[in-house]
Amino acid sequence: MDSDAPLKKTPLNARHRASGAKMVPFGGWDMPVEYSGLSAEHSAVRSGAGVFDVSHMGEIEIAGKDSLAAVQRISSNDASKLQVGQAQYSGLLSSHGTFVDDLLVYRLGASHFMLVVNAGNIRKDFAWIAEHVRGVGDAVAVDASARYALIAVQGPKALDVLQPLTGVDLGSMKYYWFGHGEVAGVRATVSRTGYTGEDGFEVFVPPQSADKLWLAILEAGKTWDVIPCGLGARDTLRLEASMRLHGNDIDEATTALEADLGWIVGWKKDDFIGAAALREQKASGLKRKIVGFEMLERGIGRHGYDAYIGDAKAGHVTSGTQTPFLKKAIGMAYLPIERTKVDTEFDIDIRGRRTRARVVPMPFYKRQK
Amino acid sequence: MAIPAGLKYTKDHEWIDIAGDKGKVGITDYAQAQLGDVVYIDLPDVGAKLKQGQSFGTIESVKAVSELYSPVTGEVVEVNTALKDKPEVVNKDPHASWMIVIKLTNASEAGALLDAVRYQDMIK
Repeated sequence: MDSDAPLKKTPLNARHRASGAKMVPFGGWDMPVEYSGLSAEHSAVRSGAGVFDVSHMGEIEIAGKDSLAAVQRISSNDASKLQVGQAQYSGLLSSHGTFVDDLLVYRLGASHFMLVVNAGNIRKDFAWIAEHVRGVGDAVAVDASARYALIAVQGPKALDVLQPLTGVDLGSMKYYWFGHGEVAGVRATVSRTGYTGEDGFEVFVPPQSADKLWLAILEAGKTWDVIPCGLGARDTLRLEASMRLHGNDIDEATTALEADLGWIVGWKKDDFIGAAALREQKASGLKRKIVGFEMLERGIGRHGYDAYIGDAKAGHVTSGTQTPFLKKAIGMAYLPIERTKVDTEFDIDIRGRRTRARVVPMPFYKRQK
Repeated sequence: MAIPAGLKYTKDHEWIDIAGDKGKVGITDYAQAQLGDVVYIDLPDVGAKLKQGQSFGTIESVKAVSELYSPVTGEVVEVNTALKDKPEVVNKDPHASWMIVIKLTNASEAGALLDAVRYQDMIK
């Protein structure tokens, strides 16, 4: 990422600033980190609903007769299992089986896919994808990020908020499926997806319609006390749900198996980038793995802090926070494989102070269905 | 936003309540609001010697870890150890939640600190 480049703005940037949101640079974008307050926003999503501008996310489309083969080559999960109208979580892996990025794969048509990737990685991902798609017959990749704004409505009341705004039957839409239609008079693609651990929807619309939709959702949401939320709450919500964050919990140094994401590896499909490395690692056994932990003493084990077993450095924390909902300090860390069993205790070096932590099962939070 | 008139303030958002040659030190209402939910406070031991502007501890909120800076030069003569187990009171009442009492080496240093009016101007 070019750190000197001016920050990019989503189509809702002026709206955030006019609404008094606290703005921060994130992945090259000028984004709202907080509206009314992290805890209030987090709680709203757990109990009612919150709305997020996630237009900074990238959309890369792959089309052409051989687009399925192209997606199968670059994406770790098995895209042949997707029906048109269905989406899946997957990894964009290097030949070492590590994460160039993580992504959602949407099957828009029999030979048309949309990959939703992380904001800070758009340029890198597109270069990677374009290079590897080139060798796969009739398929072309297009960076369509500028064509989409993306608004997420998340929480147990998300359906109640959004359904009155659209003719698309959201109630019968299954998790990780999507449909097309108008939302608040705006042409949209709506998927039942999200990054909060709650029920919810993500609405893709043309950039020029983003503000109209944003206001319509907030207006419709008044009955349910829906509030706009920033990236701060998005991070604590996803962490409670133990969803990995690229750049923190997964990166080009961690494999899909080490990240405990074997379920997004299409073991049965034909060769894909990273497959050989993952098969070898699976056969020879993992040396380290990600764990969920909670602090046993006061303090927060944060991203980058070292983990110790006795006096020996044993790993590192990849994400950590005090969760507003569970009201305890939790996080994820990589530990040696023999230390990854639930209830194993270890220390985290919090600014020079060894602080006790314990391995706990993930997810930390699971919604009632 | 509470900015009591009798206190002195730093640009780093600490307050000091000076009586005689001693001052109680805490963080401002503005600071606690910016930090959000405080979860940990690390304070020095009694006897620690501090220079004006030197870090005397850290305060950690859900969002971030921040340094605490001494408004004046002096020696720590008292520490509010109760904050260790109940750091959240800093959010509820930042002006009652003093962190250390410092014995001033140089009383004239306090003159250079901000008064309530100038501190209010700064955070506007």
